[in-house]
Amino acid sequence: MSGEVIERALDAAMGGGASYADVRTSEKRIESLSVKDGTLQGAESDLTAGFGVRVLVDGRWGFAASANSDPSDAEQAALRAVAIARASAIGGGSPVILDDTPPERGTYQTPFVEDPFAVSLDDKLRLLFDVDAEMGRVAGLTTRHATYGAVSEHKVFASSAGAHLEQDLVECGAGFTVTAVNDDEAQERTYPALGGQMVTGGFEAVRALDLVVHAQEISEQAVALLEAPQCPSGEMTVIIDSSQMALQVHESCGHPIELDRVLGMEASFAGTSFLTTDNLGVLQYGSSVVNIDADATAPGGLGTFGWDDEGVPAQNVPIVSAGRFVGYLTSRETAPIVGRQSMGSSRAGSWRQIPLIRMTNVNLRPGSAGSLEDLIADTDDGILLATNRSWSIDDRRLNFQFGTQIGWLIKDGRRAGMVRNPTYTGITPRFWGSCDAICGPSEWTLWGVPNCGKGEPMQTAHVGHGAAPARFRNVQVGVGRWG
Amino acid sequence: MGLNAEIILQAALDRVAGGWQAEAVFTNHDLSLTRFAGSRIHQNVSQTDATVRLRVERDGQTGVASTNRLDSDGLDDLARRAAAIGQKAAPNPDAAPLAGPPAEAVHSRIGWEASTAAADPVQRAEGARAVIAAGSQHGLEVSGAFSTESMHLAVANSRGLMSSHQGTTAKLLTVMMDGKGSSGYAQATSPDIDEIDAAAVGAEAAERGARSAGATDLEPGEYPVVLSEYAMHVVLEYLAEIAFSGLALLEGRSCMPLGERVMGDTVTIWDDGRDPSGLPAAIDFEGVAKQRVMLVEEGIGRGVVHDSVTAKRAGTTSTGHGLPAPNIWGPVAWNLFMAPGTTPRSELVAGMERGVLVTRFWYLSVVHSKRGLLTGMTKDGTFWVENGQIVRPIRNLRWTQSIPEAFSRISALSNTSQLILADYSGIAARVPAARIDSWNFTGATVAETDR
Ligand SMILES: [Zn+2]
Repeated sequence: MSGEVIERALDAAMGGGASYADVRTSEKRIESLSVKDGTLQGAESDLTAGFGVRVLVDGRWGFAASANSDPSDAEQAALRAVAIARASAIGGGSPVILDDTPPERGTYQTPFVEDPFAVSLDDKLRLLFDVDAEMGRVAGLTTRHATYGAVSEHKVFASSAGAHLEQDLVECGAGFTVTAVNDDEAQERTYPALGGQMVTGGFEAVRALDLVVHAQEISEQAVALLEAPQCPSGEMTVIIDSSQMALQVHESCGHPIELDRVLGMEASFAGTSFLTTDNLGVLQYGSSVVNIDADATAPGGLGTFGWDDEGVPAQNVPIVSAGRFVGYLTSRETAPIVGRQSMGSSRAGSWRQIPLIRMTNVNLRPGSAGSLEDLIADTDDGILLATNRSWSIDDRRLNFQFGTQIGWLIKDGRRAGMVRNPTYTGITPRFWGSCDAICGPSEWTLWGVPNCGKGEPMQTAHVGHGAAPARFRNVQVGVGRWG
Repeated sequence: MGLNAEIILQAALDRVAGGWQAEAVFTNHDLSLTRFAGSRIHQNVSQTDATVRLRVERDGQTGVASTNRLDSDGLDDLARRAAAIGQKAAPNPDAAPLAGPPAEAVHSRIGWEASTAAADPVQRAEGARAVIAAGSQHGLEVSGAFSTESMHLAVANSRGLMSSHQGTTAKLLTVMMDGKGSSGYAQATSPDIDEIDAAAVGAEAAERGARSAGATDLEPGEYPVVLSEYAMHVVLEYLAEIAFSGLALLEGRSCMPLGERVMGDTVTIWDDGRDPSGLPAAIDFEGVAKQRVMLVEEGIGRGVVHDSVTAKRAGTTSTGHGLPAPNIWGPVAWNLFMAPGTTPRSELVAGMERGVLVTRFWYLSVVHSKRGLLTGMTKDGTFWVENGQIVRPIRNLRWTQSIPEAFSRISALSNTSQLILADYSGIAARVPAARIDSWNFTGATVAETDR
């Protein structure tokens, strides 16, 4: 549908008085499979297509989106966007100024080996049923659940400045969850992370997860947690596993570096940020071993693409260098406010929605602490925390509290026994300042987070976080009353 | 929009052949939202989308497909995709049968208001301007959103069911801050945009924002609290997941055993999708008429909501709380009500010797579902109270608290209630404010990191 829709919408918007307009068309296919307790609970194929027109009129934004792909609908939507932009002026305030990103033309395709939509349904279901059968060998489980999902999106971006970009993005992922319940306890284990793992790429990534190999061990852990002692309370040395580190980066670094939050543009919903502009280049965010990048070019990341939804090319930019805070995630509207040009992190959750500043792949670089086992061996007294269970953080991204599914006490460099219901809490810069070791490249995984909520109406973004296990000193563990 | 839901649904069902039973669900959302921040309108959007979801079923084999291509080709493709999955699907003996047609077809427009359906961007912008003006008077940075939405849900299946619901929602919310730690919040929600008084919403938030300037620390610990309606609402939103869901009960992770005392005897909570004082939705996504379900009655766990799948497993009938197929999340209580008490609202604080007045809770998370243990932060106006008077604003605190335990220690409920719509989940609840004898604040955001 895209050619004529784009032309008619841009013409109508500029003819209606816009100084700038862009159009995004998108056609997205989603496949979801779910095997629960030995039966196929859900098998679903979804298709959604439409376009959105974004206009600037006298420095005010307007946006209208429609699923109807008739060219006359494109004109109507464009004129609706112009009328909305004119209404925006009623609110007063200063006009929007965009950076001078040059318009580009090109195409991008997610690299993959095996198209997930070409793999037969039989093969995909067999994989899930095999995992289910492995989980089913373990006595004492209450529920077992294996899931698979894939997304393919064809989208076109064009602007009145002359940009024209076509992208074909492919994502897929899988995982499993088991629960074990008794009179007092309900315990859950998931693999490889809470909600599984998801990447940009082909079905080869799902095969590489080796879900069947891990099903039995993870299931046994869920049952064992029912009888494990409660996690102790107090200040401890903690080692956090790779997937929980990904969530830690997401909540305490990925969100506060979003420049729209910093500027108050998300204050009524997602919140603001403690990383105010006077901190840029100045604040010691973490210890000297902490290095974080935002890398939209990282192979396999859920935040990997050719261009963002404002037509800015994918890039890798430093965020934290040797512990110092040096960069934001930006958009064409916000970057000039800190004297920069957009680094390309403005993305929309769907054709229905405007682009907002979203994480790309905000990655904690690997360190020099070797393997996880090396790091445990180097720790006299502490606790290893694995796989996210709960997460909460304040609106400025300072005061966080996480729960993990499982913990192991560490004594004299060895795992000394499993504990249940572990939680830890901290204040962001103090916590990152206490990081004294990060495992090396062999332990580093680029995790997909497909459920990041932001904006009104709320949008859900797919973002990535690379991380390796890391160690933190003097962390408050075991929060609340557990008597 | 000019779409005729019944014709589209019938066209989808007509494309299903080969002995399959089928259910078709039509949803149409027209949503416009004017967003403001930094005391100006910075985002202003409108979207329209209609989707048909088709579930086919034969001897326990099930396939589901959806599309927003509602022309003939799009529906052909929809039926083909659903059947292709259904043919390959392993049979599920627990699959719920399609809902039968009710004695009287439900075609509801409770909570549909022409004023909201016809609202335009100028009307929303003027509401935003009124809110911005109220905050600016107090020197506060104003942010917020004013949205209007029309929703049409229609369900038909091959057993002859055809039911529908149309509703509207208008919602205005604002957060006002001074950039130095003070913050105020207010929200108004109604099916009818004419019921929303933007100036009053602005004044409420501005009063809180101005009053919370200069907040200081409070040592974490257990303190009595007064929770405003906003804070109570979000607690009920989480109880919907960990206490009121038929699936949570069946899977043993619910914090609410039925037939037992779980909360204090002033606590009565129910779900009612047809009460016009809420945000009505008369049917669910399986086309089943919503029943009024008593959840907690005078502190006793009384019931949970069901969809057709959990109802079959529990040996009962659906209460009309199903999500779109294939639903792995279980049923959801969307339309909650908590019975008000007998205390005039102003006396909740007046009757507290010392403790914390909480405007709003923020970013809750389930630490342990079976214990009903949640964590979260306070936000947008937290105050220390002594001898029934607000003494000073305090910095936001983290808390980690079992909700059944806290709701066993409610000493007073306001004799008024307010309708509030959740930001994330879309769960609406009409709730009173409450005074609770003890709440466990487990962490502060210490002053040294405040800038
Ligand atoms: Zn997020």
